[in-house]
Amino acid sequence: MTSVNTAKFSLITIAAGAVVMAFAHWVHVDYLFFASYTILQFIVLATAWNILGGYCGYVNFGSAAFFAMGAYASVFMHKFYPLPVPVLILISAIVSGIAGFGMGYLTLRLRGSFFAIATLALAVVLQTLVVNWDYVGGSRGAYIIRPEELEFAGITINYIEYLFGLMLLLTVIALITARTIERSQLGFGFATIRDDELAAEASGVPTLRLKLIATTISGAFMGMAGAPFPYYIGYLQPSSAFGLEYAVNSIAMPMIGGTTSWIGPLVGAILLGSAQQYATVTISSAVNLLIVGLMLVAFVIIAPNGLVGLVQGWRRAWRKP
Amino acid sequence: MDISWDLLLNAIAAGLLLGGFYAAVTAGVSISFGMLDIVNIAHPAFVILGSYLAYFININYGLDPILVSILMLPFFYALGASVYQVYYLSFEKRGQEALRGLAFFFGLLFVTEVSLILVFGVDYRYVEAAYIGPSLHIGIVDFPLRMLVPCLAALALFIGIQLIITRTFIGRAIMAVSQDQMALQLMGVDPIRIKRIAFGISIATAAVAGALLIIIQPVEPSVGREYIGRVFAICVLGGLGSMPGTLIAAMLLGVVESITATFYGPSWAPAVAFGFLLLTLAFRPAGLLGR
Repeated sequence: MTSVNTAKFSLITIAAGAVVMAFAHWVHVDYLFFASYTILQFIVLATAWNILGGYCGYVNFGSAAFFAMGAYASVFMHKFYPLPVPVLILISAIVSGIAGFGMGYLTLRLRGSFFAIATLALAVVLQTLVVNWDYVGGSRGAYIIRPEELEFAGITINYIEYLFGLMLLLTVIALITARTIERSQLGFGFATIRDDELAAEASGVPTLRLKLIATTISGAFMGMAGAPFPYYIGYLQPSSAFGLEYAVNSIAMPMIGGTTSWIGPLVGAILLGSAQQYATVTISSAVNLLIVGLMLVAFVIIAPNGLVGLVQGWRRAWRKP
Repeated sequence: MDISWDLLLNAIAAGLLLGGFYAAVTAGVSISFGMLDIVNIAHPAFVILGSYLAYFININYGLDPILVSILMLPFFYALGASVYQVYYLSFEKRGQEALRGLAFFFGLLFVTEVSLILVFGVDYRYVEAAYIGPSLHIGIVDFPLRMLVPCLAALALFIGIQLIITRTFIGRAIMAVSQDQMALQLMGVDPIRIKRIAFGISIATAAVAGALLIIIQPVEPSVGREYIGRVFAICVLGGLGSMPGTLIAAMLLGVVESITATFYGPSWAPAVAFGFLLLTLAFRPAGLLGR
């Protein structure tokens, strides 16, 4: 690929984000904000998953748990002491980051599959806790009244546009973080763990520390993606925050896009996310989840490196003859 | 503290019966995860599939659910063997089981669950049999037949598997493949064939476990997810691949869950398994009877 340095890449990504924002503001259809918010949220989740899953090779099945932790941290703060959403995003990042670190510390010293199993169980247990915790609504769920608009420096902004803007900013930050990690020493360390952990350990790579860094960053971003969610949806109940679609999509999107670089989750999330927005409206949400599941199985069997891998393969085939 | 003794005794009895059933659900994972090192997180989904088949045949043809599950054994065996074949060719052979193999089983779990939702809907389903309803009373302790029959059937299944593994050639070959695949190959046995058979057996147990599950409680497609944590907690706590350990761990988890449900409310029960799992992983990863 091209050798764009990190500063240039950041500028390009921020510019792209600004263009998207300007375009959305110019079109100004509420449905567009709603639909693209979901897609942006999936880009953040998929990118976050990929920092641990794609770069280190450790599977996290508990994306829904980290996402819900962020969402419920917001609900808790909303009831306890209402704060602006950007602050809530930071709080959620800290909560989910610590949870990621704790999970990693307990299970990452063992074989990789134990971590995967523990994350799978984590979602069930956190859901149990939330269902039994009346302060954040329990099994009945919690209402969050979303203001119609927001006054900021004398300008009034439509609230959903504000949430969309925040999520866009998060997406930009997540993509820049992922790409920076990929090209840094940290990223090379992650890659050694993915390729051969034993050899990495033997050559003096501090594998446990690197894995803990990865789970913390990954968990924090998932929490950040969840933080604005209660405001977006207006009524949060455990079954929607812990929805299966978060767990499956945040795995399926990087797997289908390609796990080795930042562009894979982006491509996968945009493709699958828009397809699902379309299918949910036209067919039904159960059928579209079935399609995602089947695509995941098909892609891991047939195209192990995802769409990005397929494209790279074709380009190589073009150049050869 | 004033503990009501008959409540406690009943909770322990119910827990032991529940534990017997958990042992049947875990038996398959004990083979696939414990012995073959295949992280089959889709196992509970196969269990639920077994439940729905038992339900479907029971309601339409009036056959006993346990009998149905025994008739289903060959089909589930064939299903398991073919899943392993795909898994081997796509992941194990290429050395990609860690990331993509897990994603594959996750996909299977998901596809099975959503397909069942599409076919049967999300309503709870249950079966009919003569032993659902009456109870056996011994002193102050109740043994509902709805729990007792599945527990006995589960123990029979468990003993059967233990006999197969320790007494037959195939069983010993399975043990051997879990210890040293290369050595087995040098002895002139095809390890892939042995693993295929073992995985087939592990999925076949899901047919029985599924039928037992739907006798114990009404089933809906997402019930399986609650069992993922339980099954792996039992498997790890028992010591990977140790069948007696699995049985002890299953009974222990059943009793603790039952006591939790009796004294703190059933909505807390799912958290118990996770606590077990984390504590085991943190303090004794080799399990109770680990090698």
